[in-house]
Amino acid sequence: MKMKLTFAAALMAATAMSSAAAAKTLVYCSEGSPEGFDPALYTAGTTFDASSKAVYNRLVQFEPGTTNTVPGLAESWEVSDDGLEITFHLREGVQFHSTNFFTPTREFNADDVLFSFNRQLQEDAPFHDYVSGASWEYFNAMSMPDLIESIEKVDDMTVKFTLTRPEAPFIANLAMDFASIMSKEYADQLAEAGNEGNLNQQPIGTGPFQFVAYQPDAVIRYQAHENYWNGRQPIDDLVFSITTEASVRQQKLLAGECHIMPYPNPADVESLEENSDITLMQQEGLNVGYLAYNTQQEPFDQKEVRKALNMAINKEAIIEAVFQGSGQIAKNPIPPTMWSYNDAVEDDPYDPDAAREMLEEAGVTDLSMRVWAMPVQRPYNPNARRMAELIQEDFSNVGVDVEIVSYEWGEYLERSKEEDRDGAVLLGWTGDNGDPDNFLAVLLGCDAVGGANRAQWCNEEFNDLVQEAKTLQSQEERAELYEQAQVIFKEEAPWATIAHSTVFMPMRNEVEGYKMDPLGGHAFEGVDLAE
Amino acid sequence: MLRFLLFRLALLIPTFVGVSIVAFAFIRLLPGDPIMMLAGERGISAERYAELQAAYGFDRPIIVQYLDYLWGLLHGDLGTSVVTRRPVLDEFFTLFPATLELSLCAITLAVFLGVPLGVIAAVKRGSWVDQSIMGTALVGYSMPIFWWGLLLIILFSGILGWTPVSGRISLLYFFPPVTGFMLIDSLLSGQDGAFRSALSHLVLPSIVLATIPLAVIARQTRSAMLEVLGEDYVRTARSKGLPPARVIGLHALRNALIPVITTIGLQIGVLMAGAILTETIFSWPGIGKWMVDSVFKRDYAVVQGGLLLIAGIIMLVNLIVDVLYGLVNPRIRH
Amino acid sequence: MAQTNPKQADAAIGLEGGPAVAATRRAMLAEFWHYFRQNRGAVIGLFIFTTIVIIAILAPVLAPHSPSMQNRGALLVPPVWEAGGTWQYVLGTDAIGRDILSRLLYGARFSLFIGLVVVTLSVTVGVTIGVFAGYFRGVIDVAVMRLMDVILAFPSLLLALVLVAILGPGLMNAMIAIALVLQPHFVRLTRAAVMSEKGRDYVTAARVAGAGRFRLMFKTILPNCTAPLIVQATLSFSTAILDAAALGFLGMGAQPPTPEWGTMLAEAREFILRAWWVVTFPGLAILITVLAINLVGDGLRDALDPKLKRS
Repeated sequence: MKMKLTFAAALMAATAMSSAAAAKTLVYCSEGSPEGFDPALYTAGTTFDASSKAVYNRLVQFEPGTTNTVPGLAESWEVSDDGLEITFHLREGVQFHSTNFFTPTREFNADDVLFSFNRQLQEDAPFHDYVSGASWEYFNAMSMPDLIESIEKVDDMTVKFTLTRPEAPFIANLAMDFASIMSKEYADQLAEAGNEGNLNQQPIGTGPFQFVAYQPDAVIRYQAHENYWNGRQPIDDLVFSITTEASVRQQKLLAGECHIMPYPNPADVESLEENSDITLMQQEGLNVGYLAYNTQQEPFDQKEVRKALNMAINKEAIIEAVFQGSGQIAKNPIPPTMWSYNDAVEDDPYDPDAAREMLEEAGVTDLSMRVWAMPVQRPYNPNARRMAELIQEDFSNVGVDVEIVSYEWGEYLERSKEEDRDGAVLLGWTGDNGDPDNFLAVLLGCDAVGGANRAQWCNEEFNDLVQEAKTLQSQEERAELYEQAQVIFKEEAPWATIAHSTVFMPMRNEVEGYKMDPLGGHAFEGVDLAE
Repeated sequence: MLRFLLFRLALLIPTFVGVSIVAFAFIRLLPGDPIMMLAGERGISAERYAELQAAYGFDRPIIVQYLDYLWGLLHGDLGTSVVTRRPVLDEFFTLFPATLELSLCAITLAVFLGVPLGVIAAVKRGSWVDQSIMGTALVGYSMPIFWWGLLLIILFSGILGWTPVSGRISLLYFFPPVTGFMLIDSLLSGQDGAFRSALSHLVLPSIVLATIPLAVIARQTRSAMLEVLGEDYVRTARSKGLPPARVIGLHALRNALIPVITTIGLQIGVLMAGAILTETIFSWPGIGKWMVDSVFKRDYAVVQGGLLLIAGIIMLVNLIVDVLYGLVNPRIRH
Repeated sequence: MAQTNPKQADAAIGLEGGPAVAATRRAMLAEFWHYFRQNRGAVIGLFIFTTIVIIAILAPVLAPHSPSMQNRGALLVPPVWEAGGTWQYVLGTDAIGRDILSRLLYGARFSLFIGLVVVTLSVTVGVTIGVFAGYFRGVIDVAVMRLMDVILAFPSLLLALVLVAILGPGLMNAMIAIALVLQPHFVRLTRAAVMSEKGRDYVTAARVAGAGRFRLMFKTILPNCTAPLIVQATLSFSTAILDAAALGFLGMGAQPPTPEWGTMLAEAREFILRAWWVVTFPGLAILITVLAINLVGDGLRDALDPKLKRS
């Protein structure tokens, strides 16, 4: 009898398997293991893809494929006239995931919102220190502790944020991954069982997919959330097959072992484009790579000198040699996918002869300078050393002698901040929330001199425009100010803007409805597989 | 015997303390501040930096940090990964079975091919069989295995399409880990074809990882056999007219295997080094790849804990080999 | 006690100087060559190795192109015998249009240089430490040997990897790291040899004749321990090349655009599906070099090891 039972169990397992095989499974060959599943603890895109994008929702969300904010778990919100109070009206009837490790007894409400933010904001809140060294990086990096005065529960379905100062980008900040809404009920249950750490291992959210299992460095499994407020997903299962090598990812894609993959080797893009089984999507990355002069150092305090040097750089050659075609020339300090991008601005032409003349006119001869090359690979600069070598050659053509220097990455970041730094720095930035303020104020504002403003550049006119834009609520009005700021930036040339990377996303032809995220994330909501 | 064992164990203590100091010191010497690295271009305020320093305990005197670390060690606490915020020991135990499975397969392959090949070469000494076996063994011994792995991938996965490119099992199969060994778990799961899939994923990495130990074992077996075959008792056995197979199998091999056991034990270190490369090439989710990744991410705690655990394993295996050697060879027992 | 010149002391017991000794040495060398020559593999290995040395020296003459020259019109050109190959690039070109053959020829320099530096470093340091430990014994010996145990407790490649991470990626640092992980073998070997030789009559004779400690250690005892050291040095030479290539492959060794073979492989990895030649040839070069050295090593061992000699 017992024998028979096991046999029956095996048979059932087999049937379950075959029915599972018939289920629609989307396999994503991801580039790395997530650090954990609580997005607020981390800053890596890989982690966000696996946690916030799949499992969670936020009060406000980015409309797929854009940097515009749309309602998420908050159906609507009002901002008070002074810009200090923001009231969110929460969505009714939102269900949390029901899994083999958690069964929700109630729907989403204001308590969940308060829990999700307070654990990051208040030192004595539950789950503030639930993993050792929990540090809420993004929450701090976006200055949330200074910005948020208080968060109140007005009623079960209404939450009010009070700010210390008006801040237009705040709404966009709430669409960022760290602001993902977790289940307070689940957290309480974990706390009771003394398993707080599981909040970061077995996530429960309201998102399109629910977590099933994770094998480190190998695979993450999700299944469609049956009661998802925005509609059940067309695919049944979502699998992240963790494959760190780009060439291996590609081989798996070609072999049909996965349907879609990020970050192909630039060298392989061409062959992927030619492959008839593969659709290759592409988009400019939300980033910018630049060379920041030290505008407090002679002779780079003269804008003519900076301008002349900008004209000496052959950006096309850089795109070719450093990006191998997977980049585009940058003329503005913000990427073209971002709202308020000023396309009317004209880039400095590549003209070594004119540049040499301009330098002479400015009375600069026998100039020798340093160019700092980063020791690491970044999307906005895949090979800083090679870029520096090309710039060295370009500058020597106009009679400027370049010495290339580099430091270990942590030190590089620190030293490049110093106001008396010697030389121009190669660096870049990847946007966090799709708001122009996140580039223009963070990287070029007067407050950031001695910090992220590597050009040590403080231009009052520019700074006033950017600061004013922060206090306005209407995106149109803000865009206008930012466009003006970009004109001033180009005129003053604190940086040589070099490139925006191009992001490629190869997928098998049967993948339908995938939208590339300008913020660089990978979300599979709404994606389907053709039969 | 017990005294011998205790003596050997006692001898391990200073080495292990040394290993812990080295692992600890290394990490403090690594350039680059993990906090700055994590902050990246975004930067971090001075207060926040100090806060994190304190949270990770980097602000205390180095001796205090070491003692603290040692104290934790005695309690089985190897610290927490700076990147994933998970306990290092937890991470180690989730990944170690994968490395163990691969290593066991590789060493099995190496022993069961290497020993017979070595015996054959010794018996047929000087013949073309001997020469080709030894020639191949030397090629294997000289092999840059990271390249060898790539070649096998190109041939078997790329051109022939016989084996999967990477991973431990096809994504079609999913079952909770019971033992952590994919081969066993796939059988336990009862799912059709799971075992086959796990096996096909294991073949290429095992071959690559087995290459050098296989060559070393074959060479060692041959020379041990040759030595034994020249001994008086074997000659006597031969002259008594015992069948050659019996002479070789019963008398010679048994004695020749004693030094071979030591060789096999010493290959564990080689396997661990090989695992670093093999796992990197085949995206095998084991501790070799974990260590390489952590070195690149400057994950202090993981590199430190990993170094210690791996060294500990190697020392333990060496101890076991020594004891085994003492058991089979009573001459060296004290 | 009468003052005797140590040199005379050595000569008196037939260890140094004197035509008779020179003749013996010559005879030993001849005998060595006799045995070495009998090993066909070793001779082939020596021949290949010599060829590689010549290639390394003559690389600038032999190479058809500069190893760093990029030709943007000839990216990933296949080798000459494949469709699309040209005689201009016999073994094809890499992703940025550099001639693979030229890079391989120059790469031989790096590999031999690595082997040479690593072996010199580890032999000098290892032998010195080993002689001291073996001669003086006591606390120094215990401390040194525990330290060596510690180093040997780690897998060599892992230790080298972490060391390079500390020192910073680069060829020089990779060599230092590899030398450090290889030298315990020399320490152990030398120590054991010194300990067994120390009690021999000729050492006692030299001591009685008034030879100083350092003279005893390095001039009297050490030369009699060289055979196993030479074999070990040969093995270390090939290990060094392999480990440096592995580090290069992991991105921690020589940095691009250095045409070091392991680094070339690392750079070529993304093309394994598209251009087999970028991956195949550097690996083959490593294999052939290491194989040649190991063949010579085997020959040396057979010729120098008296135990195997008689059989």
